[in-house]
Parts: sequence; C-alpha cells; structure tokens
Amino acid sequence: MSEKEPLFSSKNLRLITDPLNTNNPITVQVLGICSALAITVKLEPAIVMTLSVMAVLVVANVVISLLRKSIPPRIRIIVQLVVIASMVILVDQVLKAFAYDVSKQLSVFVGLIITNCIIMGRLEAFAMANKPWPSFLDAIGNASGYGLILIIVAFFRELLGSGTLFGYPVLEKIGLYKTGYENNGLMILPPMALITIGIIIWVQRSKNRELIEEK
Amino acid sequence: MRDFSNRYIFVFSTVLIVVVAVLLSAAAMLLQPLQQRNVEIEKKQSILASINIEASRKDAEKMYDKYITSSFVVNAKGDKVEGVDAFGVDMAAEIRKPLDERNFPVYVSTLDDGSSKVIVPVRGKGLWGPVYGYISFNDDYNTIFGATFNHDKETPGLGAEIATRAFQKQFDGKKIFDDQGNFTSILIRKGGAAPGDPHAVDAISGGTLTSKGLEATIKDCLSGYIAYFKKQQEQK
Repeated sequence: MSEKEPLFSSKNLRLITDPLNTNNPITVQVLGICSALAITVKLEPAIVMTLSVMAVLVVANVVISLLRKSIPPRIRIIVQLVVIASMVILVDQVLKAFAYDVSKQLSVFVGLIITNCIIMGRLEAFAMANKPWPSFLDAIGNASGYGLILIIVAFFRELLGSGTLFGYPVLEKIGLYKTGYENNGLMILPPMALITIGIIIWVQRSKNRELIEEK
Repeated sequence: MRDFSNRYIFVFSTVLIVVVAVLLSAAAMLLQPLQQRNVEIEKKQSILASINIEASRKDAEKMYDKYITSSFVVNAKGDKVEGVDAFGVDMAAEIRKPLDERNFPVYVSTLDDGSSKVIVPVRGKGLWGPVYGYISFNDDYNTIFGATFNHDKETPGLGAEIATRAFQKQFDGKKIFDDQGNFTSILIRKGGAAPGDPHAVDAISGGTLTSKGLEATIKDCLSGYIAYFKKQQEQK
C-alpha cells in the first residue's frame, strides 16, 4: 500500500459502504442477531445501542490495529476481549454519568455489547491485519450496517406494535384507531424481530442476486 | 507471523492488564460523584412522581424540598424509629432483613391544595433484577393516590413497561384494605383485572414474570406498614 493513498480512496470508501448492503453484518453475515432481537422494540434504545456499538467498535478496532504487530497470536483472542470489555465498561459508566435515562432504558444490553459477534469478528478479521485508518473506516461501516438494520426493524416494531415512533403516538394522531385498527401485540415479542429481519434479508436478496448462494 | 517467546507473552499480558485496570479505575473514580448525584436526583424524582408531580432532572431537588414536608422511619410494629434518616435508608439492604427488623421509611407530603399524602417505598425482585418504586396514599391510609415503579434490568418493551405512566396510572384510587379492614395488597392480574375491582390492576402482556415479581414486591413491602397504617386510621 503506498504511503500517499488518499484518506477516502475508493477502496477505503468501500469499507464503509459494503457493510451497509452487500456485506451487511446482520443480513449477510448473520452476526449480532441476538441484540437485534432484544432492543428493537422501540426506536430510541435502538439508536442509542447503535451509537454505543459504534463507539466500542471504533475504539477497539483502532486499538487492536495499532497493537496488531505486538499482539502475540496465541493470546490474541484474550487481548481482543480485554479491549472490548474495557470499552464496554467505559461506555456503560459514561452513559450512567451523562445520559442516565438512556442508560436505564438499555439496561443489560449495554453490558451485552461484549458478546456482540460483530465486534469480535471485525477485530479478528480486519483490525489484526490492517492499518488504523482503514480499521477506523471498517468499524464505522460495520457499526452503521448493524445500526441500519436495527433502526429499520425498530421502526416497524414500534409503529406496528405500540403505534408510536420515538414514543410519539403517530397512529393515534392520524386517527387510525377510530377505524377499528388495533396494535399488533405480537410485534413487540422477540419472534417478530426475527421474522422482520427475515423479510429484510428476503427483500435484499431479491434486489441483489449476487447474494444468493449457488445451491 | 512473528513467533513470540513465553516471557514476551507474560510481560505483554501483565502490561495490558495494568493499563486497563488503571484506566477503568480512574474512570470509575472520576465518574462516581456524577453517577451518585444522578441516582439521588432520580430518587427524588420518583418520590415526587408517586404524588403525580413531574419534576425534571433540573428542578427535582427544589421541588422535593417544596413538597416533601417531613420524612421518618417506622418499624413493623408501627412505632417511629428515632435517629434514622429516611432518605438515606438503603432499601436493597432492608429487604434482605426479616420483616420485624426492617426500617420502613415514610415520606409525608403536602400538596398545593393542602391535602396530605404519605409516600412509602417498595423494592423487590423482578425477572432479571430489582424492581422498586414509591406508592403514595391519601390520608385515609388505604386509597392509593399515585404509584411509580422502576427497574434495573427488565426487558425493554416487555417487563420494562412497569416504568411507564400507562401501567402506573392503573394504581390510582385502588385500595389495599378491604371493607373488613383486612390487608389485600394490590394484585396484578394476567389477562386483566375485573372492571371495578378495587384491589387489582392489569398485568403486562409479555411481562408476566416481571408483573408477578412486582406483585410480590408490593405485598411484601406494604405488609410492613400495616401496623403503622392501622394506628393512623384509628387516630382519625
């Protein structure tokens, strides 16, 4: 790689755009499903979760990328976990100090970012072999790809399940309930998150045939 | 990839751990006062919320001083306990003690219309972690004036719904003693309370275990106040 490669070369830009579509961590790599099911009942926690995952992933990716030549391969997974875990604890502490209400809403799921396979996957597959700047972009891209799906799922689940968006009663305001419409309670249960993600994968694959496997 | 000696691996891990430990302890120490204050403000907000006063984080302390006129601690026999600060009582520690050894904080509030309310805290187990809150009573020591609940770890959208106004509003006007004066507590009914039942509210769909935990919490904590409430009712 030449030293003078521009910061946003097309190769670097693809690090951000690929995870949004053709290499999406959730719909294509099928990682991070667990948290995508758990915190997509409402939009607000989904967005805060996205930002938290982004903060953790960006810092962890850059740190691991900086250390990549000095990390002994035999203990690399442990090192990655230590970095992720400390970042998650930091994010949790900062949220508790400065965004107390949101931290209450996300409750356990902040701590569970540690177990999000996307983060570990990016450290192992990308940051261990690339320079800090591409690792930074890769982290932004993957966290956005993750967040994009989260927000889409949360949008439909909150709208159809609770009839609100960001807690604002949209359906009530447009008077849909008067026509006999009722909220679908099934939407707030985890199985519907899985089905929603399934539908997103279906739509994505029918638009982008390269993603369909041979058999 | 380069081969690393065992010595290098040991040194590397030790340095890594020390750096991480220092970083995290520093963060914890620096942020602790802010977090502590957040917890205190939230406590004041919840106490106010139970008498249906919505205070923002900014004015919670001022409103608390304005509306909460006194606070004291009683025991399970209904006598006042001297020398214990009600606001400082750690409910998490109290609920682990047997009922007759616990301290029961009572907050007294005078509203703008001059009416007096008593507020008592409740705390117990939800599904994943603690659930807690405050219940305020009219001065008949029977009818609930307002209630507020919160939780640490309940599932967002399901059990966590106990923290919503819609759920809490159901408690307004419910009674904890029946006509004969027996303690009934408040039942949280799966499938919905019978209309007009003065001692029951609807549970949360998808949050059955949290609802059950909250029901047990309310019963357990309020039962400690029976003696005190009865004494106050007799004095009327």
